[in-house]
Amino acid sequence: MVNENLVKDVVKEPYKYGFVTDIETEKIEKGLSEDIIKLISKKKEEPKFLLDFRLKAFQKWQKMKEPDWAALGYNKIDYQDIIYYSAPKQKEKISSLDEVDPKLLETFDKLGIPLTEQKKLTNVAVDAVFDSVSIATTFREELAEHGVIFCSISEAVKNHADLIEKYLGTVVPASDNYFAALNSAVFSDGSFVYIPKGVTCPMDLSSYFRINSGDSGQFERTLIIAEESSSVSYLEGCTAPMFDTNTLHAAVVELIALDDASIKYSTVQNWYAGDEEGIGGIFNFVTKRGKCLGKRSKISWSQVETGSAITWKYPSCILLGEESVGEFYSVALTNNLQQADTGTKMIHIGPKTKSTIVSKGISAGNSKNSYRGLVKMGTKATGSRNYSQCDSMLIGDQASANTFPYIKSQQPNSEIEHEASTCRISEDQLFYLQSRGIEFEEAVSMMVSGFCRDVFNQLPMEFAAEADKLLALKLEGSVG
Amino acid sequence: MQSKMKESDPILEVENLSASTDNLPILKGVSLTVYPGEIHAIMGRNGCGKSTLSKIIAGHPSYKITNGDIKFLGENINSLEPEERSQSGIFLGFQYPIEIPGVSNLEFLRVSTNARRKFLNKEELDTFDFEELVKEKLEIVKMDHAFLSRSVNQGFSGGEKKRNEILQMALLEPKIAILDETDSGLDIDALRIVASGIKKISNAQTGIILITHYQRLLDEIKPNYVHVMSDGQIIKTGESDLALELEEKGYEWTDNFIKET
Repeated sequence: MVNENLVKDVVKEPYKYGFVTDIETEKIEKGLSEDIIKLISKKKEEPKFLLDFRLKAFQKWQKMKEPDWAALGYNKIDYQDIIYYSAPKQKEKISSLDEVDPKLLETFDKLGIPLTEQKKLTNVAVDAVFDSVSIATTFREELAEHGVIFCSISEAVKNHADLIEKYLGTVVPASDNYFAALNSAVFSDGSFVYIPKGVTCPMDLSSYFRINSGDSGQFERTLIIAEESSSVSYLEGCTAPMFDTNTLHAAVVELIALDDASIKYSTVQNWYAGDEEGIGGIFNFVTKRGKCLGKRSKISWSQVETGSAITWKYPSCILLGEESVGEFYSVALTNNLQQADTGTKMIHIGPKTKSTIVSKGISAGNSKNSYRGLVKMGTKATGSRNYSQCDSMLIGDQASANTFPYIKSQQPNSEIEHEASTCRISEDQLFYLQSRGIEFEEAVSMMVSGFCRDVFNQLPMEFAAEADKLLALKLEGSVG
Repeated sequence: MQSKMKESDPILEVENLSASTDNLPILKGVSLTVYPGEIHAIMGRNGCGKSTLSKIIAGHPSYKITNGDIKFLGENINSLEPEERSQSGIFLGFQYPIEIPGVSNLEFLRVSTNARRKFLNKEELDTFDFEELVKEKLEIVKMDHAFLSRSVNQGFSGGEKKRNEILQMALLEPKIAILDETDSGLDIDALRIVASGIKKISNAQTGIILITHYQRLLDEIKPNYVHVMSDGQIIKTGESDLALELEEKGYEWTDNFIKET
């Protein structure tokens, strides 16, 4: 078919962020052992409780087996062949952005994340993470006026050890799963957010993760705490250079919302996905979970997953507080030989809890895109409700889509609704748009954005536009 | 047939066109010439190749031209993409307009209109200017503004879909419009709206091809020529009274022409 070939051309979009920054880095030797973990902890001048946390996690990890239940296929990862700490060399203590290596600022500039005072984004505070360390955080003083703490997790360990000790690992315990245990043992940096009681965070907070070196893994850790009646919107973006080896990214994100607090967590993930033959690309094994501890608290995940060779990710909500609300809005686009196994878990524990799941999977090329979700109603979750909608769109005839919804209900007085659909962009639809003067590529991208609209509507404004553009880029052949 | 002197050049020339899909021949040597200001009707049984002819002129990728040429304003367009044909002024009104979930009708119409305007070196319209233009055109098909915020053709009734087609024709201002059974599935009121819309949009510079089974559309829009198709060929061409005769005698009557040829 003529159009099949055209679709193949159209979805071959070169990766824009594949450049490597040439910068001197401090790396430790490859491999993982107690000594390595002690070394990382020492480099970061960590208190004893954290070293103990890491070592315990490492002991657990050694006894665990890599999970194989996901609908993913990849060569075994050699965990001794990875560098667990890599940081750009710079002065020990940086007091202002002026002291940050210009090469680093330039890198983030090129990624569309300007950090310098003159150019920084006006409505978003950014924490920029380069390989294993946080480079800079903008708008810190302004946020501090509102009592909001936004800094790298390393700084938080030094300056807010009490909060870290109280909350770290309470949502995702080290023993939770293989990759979470690994992260707990070796995490190097990430973002920390604390919103005090009654405060609505005056601007969006954002972390931007950049993997630069090819042989080191990235293991960042994010912890967000929203006290009573506070609210925050947090954005996360990611890119990596093109290497022909696979790079491991195993992050952990923990969110905690107390009474009447709300956290909105949005991700646009655009890690390098490997080439057309599936060589290289990021292995993205991430554990993201939020705990609605308080009454009427709300945690909302929205994600646009377009990159990575492999995505293994299930942002989840534990709905403990009465009338708490969990949401998951997801667009996952896979192309070429990409594989994604993504979805969510909504664990209803408290009474009158509510959750919504809207998942849109788009598979092109020879890719494999699976939705995997769990909705669980516990014995006390009376009067709780869930609504799930999982739609898949296939482009071309080589791609595949799966939906694995798991439902467990121990509470007869609760409601679970699940809808699923699969569609293919039909030749007739394309011809209709083309016969109205709309170019083939634009027609495909119009239909894809139309398909994702329910999810894009949930994203913060700046992100929605970026997500739309990103999908179009992934699908158009015209932009290099 | 078209031997009388024409003052201007033809808009569309279909010359001895044969085409197939999946190696199955559908058109077997069709010739048709449309001059500015002319209205042609093509009639014939289901499966005679009428819709195929319209799709091939619009550039549908499922059909392969095996012989002959399609010329638009003197240029051969056999290998042009559907979007290029549309931009240059060929319009196909679909028999079954396609539903596009999630894509707003307004945005679709705007992108489409701008693609044509760009070709004509006219300024592309932003959302506000386009709203103005579309409001004016909505009048022609007596459509409510609410249609614009819905997804393209999704959940539209048969009549609404057809009116949406004519709205697109009004926005695109084509040189030639091929309307494939635009009258089917319309009640009398809707038919009148559609027919008067077509008349308002067309002028001495445009050509129209009406593909239809019924006389009632031709009562509203009187064709200059009527062609009868059968088994991938035009077997008879006449003036507007041919349609009346056909209505009276049925397609069986036309079978005789095949025997003659």
